[in-house]
Amino acid sequence: MTTVPLPYRVTAVAAENADCTSLEVMPVGRALPAFTPGRFAMMYAFGVGEVPISVSAIRDGHRLVHTVRAVGAVTGALCRLGAGDAVGLRGPYGIGWDLDGATGSDVLVVAGGIGLAPLRPAVRHVLAHPGHYGRLHVLIGARTPEDLLYRAELDHWRRASAQVEVAVDRPGPGWRGGVGVVTSLLDRVDVRPDRTTALVCGPEVMIRHTGRALLARGLPAHRVQVSLERNMRCGTGHCGHCQLGPLLLCRDGPVVGYDRTRSLLAIREL
Amino acid sequence: MTGWPLLLDTLPAVQRDRLFTLADERDFPADSTLFDEGGVADRFWLIRSGEVALDVYVPGRPPQVVETLGPRQQVGWSWIFPPYRWHLGARALGPVRTWEFPAAEVRELCMADTDLGYELMLRCAALIAERLQATRLRLLDLYTPRGSVPS
Repeated sequence: MTTVPLPYRVTAVAAENADCTSLEVMPVGRALPAFTPGRFAMMYAFGVGEVPISVSAIRDGHRLVHTVRAVGAVTGALCRLGAGDAVGLRGPYGIGWDLDGATGSDVLVVAGGIGLAPLRPAVRHVLAHPGHYGRLHVLIGARTPEDLLYRAELDHWRRASAQVEVAVDRPGPGWRGGVGVVTSLLDRVDVRPDRTTALVCGPEVMIRHTGRALLARGLPAHRVQVSLERNMRCGTGHCGHCQLGPLLLCRDGPVVGYDRTRSLLAIREL
Repeated sequence: MTGWPLLLDTLPAVQRDRLFTLADERDFPADSTLFDEGGVADRFWLIRSGEVALDVYVPGRPPQVVETLGPRQQVGWSWIFPPYRWHLGARALGPVRTWEFPAAEVRELCMADTDLGYELMLRCAALIAERLQATRLRLLDLYTPRGSVPS
């Protein structure tokens, strides 16, 4: 695997909401190895810097989509890119969702905010392999209706037999959907604890509470996969910035079993 | 998970049947009002299907929805404690099917059958605690940008 960014070209840009942009990129020359759902790339905004961004869609061949939230200099620069602009990519890094391990079981996806981005390819994968999995439930929490990602795609998921439930913290006028914290949506789902695999991504506080709520409903911790954030720099497990206890999340994560992380998430950061 | 309303899903069948002798099936059309803030809390509902929005009256504005409840969830706990007044309002977001329980009779049943009363109150207390915790979580405004990695 190369640790030197390869040149990619932005082929399409989609504004997802006020601060999130999806960039579709294609390799200019040599392509990175194939990505799988849940893994991430280090994206380099030339002359500005590099950040880890999960893949939010994997299209035919080597076309990748990354959804970026503008929160700093690098992500801001990435969100300002237009079609035809160049970007550097290295990866794929980390461990993604264990979708093979979920074969034969129901899949319960719980996403908070931009946590839906790394879960989107997993949802698409499950929908694309209907015989391999049981029922698919997708629970989404967002701050406002306007902050929801991939709004048009949610109806497609529903039509493709997924149960999709959305709850926002702050409804605006005209919002007819759910209001409340995402864990309350678990009450709407008929979870079969002995045959369900849960995939969870969002703010760490939400992951902690969702993990507890899932265990309270009888899911074993090893059937709950969570995707965690830390300060990833090298992507190869060498610099140590993304350490969480015994784990280096860029190498051992970002997706880790809740059985391994449950106690680690209770430790306060230094 | 059993498919029963959450309040009753692990209640022994005998106690559940006893409670259900007090229940009526009741349907609410879309946009109808289950109760208004400040009104007498003389009943509660277990949702069979549909969505109910809980709201707060804010002068000069439309009612502000603070939470929605769906199938298997319980609408209302103000009937448990004096002065039995609703803290929020509740409206049907679409057609809603419920089981409706009369509060005074349920309280009397709980006094007469203290085992059932204890179990029911434990479940209501858990529901109240869960909603309190959910409210606290939402106060954190979790989905605002905190960092950039990984998206």
